[in-house]
Amino acid sequence: MVNFNRFTLANGLKVLVHEDPTTPMAVLNILYDVGARDEEAGKTGFAHLFEHLMFGGSVNIPSYDEPLQRVGGENNAFTSNDITNYYITLPATNIETAFWLESDRMLSLAFSEKSLDTQRNVVMEEFKQRYLNQPYGDVWLKLRPLAYQTHPYQWATIGQDLAQIEHAKMEDVKAFFKKHYNPQNAILVVGGNVNTEDVKALAEKWFEPIPAGEKYVRNLPKELPQTEARTLTVNANVPLNAIYIAFKMPARKDANYQVFDLMSDILSQGQSSRLYNSLLKEQQLFSDINAYITSSLDEGLFIVEGKLVAGVSTETAEKAIWLELQKMVDNQVTEDELTKVKNKSESIMLFGEMSLLDKAMNLAYYELLGDAADLNIEIDKYLAITAEQLQTVAKDTFKKEKSSTLYYLANA
Amino acid sequence: MLNRTTAPDFKQVNDINFIEPTKQELDNGIKVFTVNAGEQELVRIEFIFENVNWDEKKPLQAVSVNSLINNGTKTLTAKEIAEKVDYYGAFLQTEYGADHTVITLYSLNKHLEAVLPIIWSILNESVFPAQELAIFVQNQKQKLQVNLKKNDFLARKAFANAIFGQTPYGVDIKIEDYDALMQTDLLAYYSAAFKPSNCIIVAAGKFERQEFDLLNKFFGTNWENDKLSTSNQFAFSPIGGNEIYVEKEDAVQSAIRMGNLSITRTHKDFPSLQILNTVLGGYFGSRLMTNIREDKGYTYGIGSGIASLKDAGYFFIATEVGTDVCASALQEIEKEIELLKTDLVADEELNLVRNFMLGSLLGSLENAFSHADKFKNIYFSGLGYDYYTNYIATVKSITATEIKSIANTYLNWDAMTKVVVGKK
Repeated sequence: MVNFNRFTLANGLKVLVHEDPTTPMAVLNILYDVGARDEEAGKTGFAHLFEHLMFGGSVNIPSYDEPLQRVGGENNAFTSNDITNYYITLPATNIETAFWLESDRMLSLAFSEKSLDTQRNVVMEEFKQRYLNQPYGDVWLKLRPLAYQTHPYQWATIGQDLAQIEHAKMEDVKAFFKKHYNPQNAILVVGGNVNTEDVKALAEKWFEPIPAGEKYVRNLPKELPQTEARTLTVNANVPLNAIYIAFKMPARKDANYQVFDLMSDILSQGQSSRLYNSLLKEQQLFSDINAYITSSLDEGLFIVEGKLVAGVSTETAEKAIWLELQKMVDNQVTEDELTKVKNKSESIMLFGEMSLLDKAMNLAYYELLGDAADLNIEIDKYLAITAEQLQTVAKDTFKKEKSSTLYYLANA
Repeated sequence: MLNRTTAPDFKQVNDINFIEPTKQELDNGIKVFTVNAGEQELVRIEFIFENVNWDEKKPLQAVSVNSLINNGTKTLTAKEIAEKVDYYGAFLQTEYGADHTVITLYSLNKHLEAVLPIIWSILNESVFPAQELAIFVQNQKQKLQVNLKKNDFLARKAFANAIFGQTPYGVDIKIEDYDALMQTDLLAYYSAAFKPSNCIIVAAGKFERQEFDLLNKFFGTNWENDKLSTSNQFAFSPIGGNEIYVEKEDAVQSAIRMGNLSITRTHKDFPSLQILNTVLGGYFGSRLMTNIREDKGYTYGIGSGIASLKDAGYFFIATEVGTDVCASALQEIEKEIELLKTDLVADEELNLVRNFMLGSLLGSLENAFSHADKFKNIYFSGLGYDYYTNYIATVKSITATEIKSIANTYLNWDAMTKVVVGKK
């Protein structure tokens, strides 16, 4: 159970407070409702590059990191296809420093050319380190455009290529800030050794004077229903052949979302899961096999991926995956199997409550979904899932015409 | 009018409270250290075994036992173990480190009694089935093949092997080493290492009398000390500066790793060296990050660290940089090291580092698990909680002159092993 209080400032900024007196620390987490899906075609990777620029000094404060470190704090941020999330942890007595820093960069950035130059380079090096200079590193750069033909999920958060990052201009940075970085598009969560009264006073002092800005109305191109199987073969300098199969699945807010999540657990969570036992242990077709979901706010993906044992043909391996998926379609899972994945979900959620930062991030994310209070009833949605429901979604999902398959093969 | 240009007042962290564990013993003498804290009804129990009987001709013996220990016992198959653990919503992790092997159980209190017998079976009667070993060998070889395509993996491996040789700290594992693995070697290691006299238990979470009694019921009796074993013990000498270059034609980045043998946590200078390391490359605002990432844009990240193992400590700097700027990055690293040896750290920077380190320490004591981790750090170095008292005092009081002197004692560019994998 994660307790919280909630209020909204006059400029539209939503604020949630989670009081946890057991820690001497505090967390300030701010989620901006903008991700790579909000980028323009041809200017991809921008939401993430922008996240880097948020650390390049704000209108009244030349350095973001230094004053925070000076009061014993640490910070970081991440960008996904859906959201951009910034967080600070620091000794609770110094919480006002976090308000000061975070509110100033919501007010306005310094927009320094030097920072833009440097961060373009840093992000290009990040692109190389994580996507180009790693075996299988570019899988998602290939798989996304295969699975999505019109929706902006067709590009990865890092961007489509290095050139689009290289060509980012200051005018784009300013326009992006104006469009997305205003109080109405943000959710602030303050947690830890704080009380709601104090947080309210600090929020009113530092954030309320920020102009509300214009409300961004999202209107993204819709992906048409997929009607035929798609495949792509890539050859690369990797040691093993690999297969990635992506199926469309509903958006995060859909009532069936949790059913898909549980289905991925049945197939692939841990050493008792179906794919691991059948494909890796019994048939020994894969040395690595996984199923997982992308948890996207718009229509998402259910992924099955594996690396093949040397000598196994892609046909054999692929057929074996489909057989396992077909079993989900043909037969209901047993009560024991269902109880097992439910117990595991319950346990994961309870362990998650040991981390203050995780609690704050979750509150922000559930508030974005509609209501932070849903975080505390999320587990009930999992516990209510039946074997029939699992079978029904499996039937609707595991169809060739709804799949996109990437064969990632070792150079001969 | 709100003044946004002046920072709010702040306080340096003063009270950092450590929860010292309670020490108890099971009936057979196994030491149990418990941190009973937290609101959630859950526990983490770690069974920690010292690595023993190192044989460089069988470098995968201990690590493979660790990986396969939950893959079949006299009474349970690999699948049954996994199913039972998952059914009770528990997590079982097996972790092989340089000095210790740790079998960790995460469980809700309500299921502890059902889960502990599975752990007992794993620790007492594992059989390492030939079939499981064969699958393990095949898949580990494939994993290694993938890792050998990663420049940072190659740099780490070359660096460790250069300074630690064929010991658990530095052994260079080859594909063929997997082919040489024998079931009999695994069984021999298992009976030598996994026994009460080589075990300590660290438990954290909601761990009260009832939980202790359960632990005693399953592990306090009926567990034999059947084989003798020899503790691993190593002595290392500095090898002097050398350069290792592994060229990768198609690399777009080069992985750099450099460093040398250094002191361990037991040395009086260790806290001071940690402070120096923080200034150089131990946090986001460090000199290496500020110069090489935030000013030059050569890399996504660069950092330095000091690691304290049982028989050695080492200092290292690691980064991945664009191949076109690899040479410049190396020059800048050298420059930053030299600066620390010649110039005093300014008060403003030093005070920032002090506050950052204290805040970071406070933040690292988040829950019962983190308090237990802090205990393990000192316990395995043979130190007490005065280590932390001294560490905090040193962070608060060290002078710029002392930092410069520490830099001159412990940082020596010419004596470092420098590995570059990629292009330069």
